[in-house]
Amino acid sequence: MLKTRIIPCLDVADGRVVKGVNFVGLRDAGDPVEAARAYDAAGADEICFLDIHATHDNRGVMIDMVQRTAEQCFVPLTVGGGVRTVADVRKLLLAGADKVSFNSAAVANPDVIAEAAAQFGSQCIVCAIDAKTIGHDENGVPNKWGIFTHGGRKEALDKDGNPIDAVEFAKLVVAKGAGEILLTSMDRDGTKAGFNLPLTKAISDAVNVPVIASGGVGTLDHLVEGVTEGGASAVLAASIFHFGEYTVQEAKQHMHDAGIPMRLT
Amino acid sequence: MLTAIIDYESGNLHSAEKAFQRMAAEVHGGEVVVTSDADVVAKADRLVLPGDGAFPACAAELRGHKGIYDAMVEAVEVKGRPFLGICVGMQLMASRGHEYELTQGLGWIEGDVEKIAPSDVSLKVPHMGWNNLVIDHPHALLDGIKSGDHTYFVHSYQFHVTKPEERLAHVDYGGDVTAIIGRDTMVGMQFHPEKSQDIGLRMIGNFLKWAP
Repeated sequence: MLKTRIIPCLDVADGRVVKGVNFVGLRDAGDPVEAARAYDAAGADEICFLDIHATHDNRGVMIDMVQRTAEQCFVPLTVGGGVRTVADVRKLLLAGADKVSFNSAAVANPDVIAEAAAQFGSQCIVCAIDAKTIGHDENGVPNKWGIFTHGGRKEALDKDGNPIDAVEFAKLVVAKGAGEILLTSMDRDGTKAGFNLPLTKAISDAVNVPVIASGGVGTLDHLVEGVTEGGASAVLAASIFHFGEYTVQEAKQHMHDAGIPMRLT
Repeated sequence: MLTAIIDYESGNLHSAEKAFQRMAAEVHGGEVVVTSDADVVAKADRLVLPGDGAFPACAAELRGHKGIYDAMVEAVEVKGRPFLGICVGMQLMASRGHEYELTQGLGWIEGDVEKIAPSDVSLKVPHMGWNNLVIDHPHALLDGIKSGDHTYFVHSYQFHVTKPEERLAHVDYGGDVTAIIGRDTMVGMQFHPEKSQDIGLRMIGNFLKWAP
């Protein structure tokens, strides 16, 4: 049986982990490679690097970091942030990334997903969607979401100046060839209030590829809900692991105890 | 001993190279090189064929590198050198691939590579993540590995073997999905051993020690 994945995410800027990682025994907690090694040893199912500055100037730093990680960690690695072209994907894959994630570039031009998938296969092309609630039903439950780009700072609009519907956009990028959706709720990101479950459910019901839930994890029960109520195939979290509140193993055990199939190593 | 990881411009070989080198050092498995040189392929003691992407594109790339292709086929079919196919490299061992269009494979393991169609329609494709192996037949590559151990999969097409004895292990994903195939001096793995932490590294070590 396929297991639900837990994916620790490291936000990186100029080759250093931002927000910090608070593990015992790390020589250099700011070094993404050291942090990735610690998560690999802890039994993480995948690791995600997100380049939050993502300027072209620091691409070389990112490539070097991915290369050093791939030399030491034998666990799947997803890399995102500032990926614009098929050439960017190629460089990251050759450096040792297993999957590469598009975000703003896919909103500007969804065909870049098709080009990348045709060349490298859907299995390694992820589309990250940053969604924010823009509508509610009569009970106040969110039922419409728009898309934000540029690290959540900019609302994406279609050519008529209307918000782009996140569910429709997810269907579009999957039709273009995205093999996985990394879904972040901008309403919840950093709040520790839990995933935006109606959003997660709406997207995972709308597409037949795996959806990674992200944004808002504060407790281990939030991870459980993302799967049981949101329908996610994987859950991504940063701060609850970075600051040692919970270990990856504790999270896995908790999800397992809640009846979710997990890989307990 | 020389192990050649064949580079025919299909995907990422960096992590495969590092994983094989690490295990070669551990089990005294000799030298590991990534190569697109037909002479190196011809003289290698063991061959590894990776592959990411679509079956027809990978098959065309491999056949397009005629020198490597001929050297690989001779090493496996005539000289009986140990061979390991990984992911699409494993699928290429089939008689036929059905991704996008009908494509001839190497024909080493009789069977067809077809789209994963789980009986439970709520299961997502690609089959992506960690799944637990069920061992069908013992093999030297599975030394120290038991049913229930997890490996990392990411694929949308699966290998249907014609002869059940050539399926060494499978996983359950809305039905049986072939995980390991093999006969004589050749084996193939649908999952990525180089991304499967200790379990995958152990299998790589076993391959480097394998003397069929």
